[in-house]
Amino acid sequence: MPNSEANLEQLEVDFQARIDAEERIEPKDWMPEKYRKTVLRQMSQHAHSEVIGMQPEGNWITRAPSLHRKIVLLAKVQDEAGHGLYLYSAAETLGATREELVQLMHEGKAKYSSIFNYPTLTWADIGAIGWLVDGAAIVNQVALQRTSYGPYSRSMIRICKEESFHQRQGYEIMLKLANGSPEQKAMAQDALNRFWEPSLMMFGPTDADSPNSAQSMKWKIKRKSNDELRQAFVDQTIKQIEVLGLEMPSKDIKWNEERGHYDFGELNWDEFFAVIKGNGPCNRQRLAHHKKAHDEGAWVREAARAYEAKKKARAEKAA
Amino acid sequence: MSNMPLFEVFVRSKRGLDHTHCGSLHAENAEQALEYARDVYTRRSEGVSIWVVKASDVTASQESDRDSFYDPMDDKPYRHATHYVLPDEVNNM
Repeated sequence: MPNSEANLEQLEVDFQARIDAEERIEPKDWMPEKYRKTVLRQMSQHAHSEVIGMQPEGNWITRAPSLHRKIVLLAKVQDEAGHGLYLYSAAETLGATREELVQLMHEGKAKYSSIFNYPTLTWADIGAIGWLVDGAAIVNQVALQRTSYGPYSRSMIRICKEESFHQRQGYEIMLKLANGSPEQKAMAQDALNRFWEPSLMMFGPTDADSPNSAQSMKWKIKRKSNDELRQAFVDQTIKQIEVLGLEMPSKDIKWNEERGHYDFGELNWDEFFAVIKGNGPCNRQRLAHHKKAHDEGAWVREAARAYEAKKKARAEKAA
Repeated sequence: MSNMPLFEVFVRSKRGLDHTHCGSLHAENAEQALEYARDVYTRRSEGVSIWVVKASDVTASQESDRDSFYDPMDDKPYRHATHYVLPDEVNNM
């Protein structure tokens, strides 16, 4: 009676016990359908974010101010492509194909991080992205190294190790600009001001507005709540702003003795939901560019396939 | 015996860790290779899961080609965090 209700209930109890014992779930284990769907959605969203995230930075590769900055930026964007690959592969362990996942994003049914729908207007934005956007991503990903799904957890460990230079190179750009000419310093300040709120929103809606979080925490897909992660990021970043000698990006930033944390005021969640719905400054451009690159690369995939067929035919003939 | 194909064996020692290569053995087929692998490589419960892969299905790079194969990575110190010098107060980044 493999499908009886009692049996299913027992499977779910065993599954939760395994999670509570801090054991990882591996691809061939039994898992509740909703767990599979949630992990798959999160991994695909994460993979799409890595790949779409190449666009705002790629925008400055040809205009980087020196050869050194150019090769560093190239190396970083190259890393993002690799990280997308790790995550798509982890997602594929749950039976989805890469083509399906990409298709869902093209149809607007799968999301990516809304931060990448903001434009990179100046060189300082590249500094702000490395420092703040990668910094926020690292806070999130360090927690996810202990996520319950084995392949996801292992890709996070690999990614965190490789990403340690991303934030430092961004901060170094900011440091140079903040100690440069008044114009350069103003540029750094402007980038900080524009990327501050969107970076804090990368952690997702407040816990009160995040209805699926409780189940994800119980299954240990998420290890810390959105608000906890956001606070940790704010607390570590304030000192870094001070060292740059820049002004705080919001007048609401104040040390709160009672909480032992920095307050940072209310975020503009209307904007967050508008961007998620597709109405950010660059949503259409990002998707259109991804589709175009994908379509224009079709001949490469076809040529590789044709070459393989030709090699096989030749080998058969020789045999 | 000499016709039995060679299988490479990968063992996961604990849930959550990668399967790692631990050796090889001959067997008639994959199922048999799994049982042999269990008997040979996990006699002391070294693993919770085993993969076997036909050795002929493994494509490997040659260590003798090392210099040219990895050459593109050798001159890129900027891929490492230590390449970026930051003030002490924020150096834990």
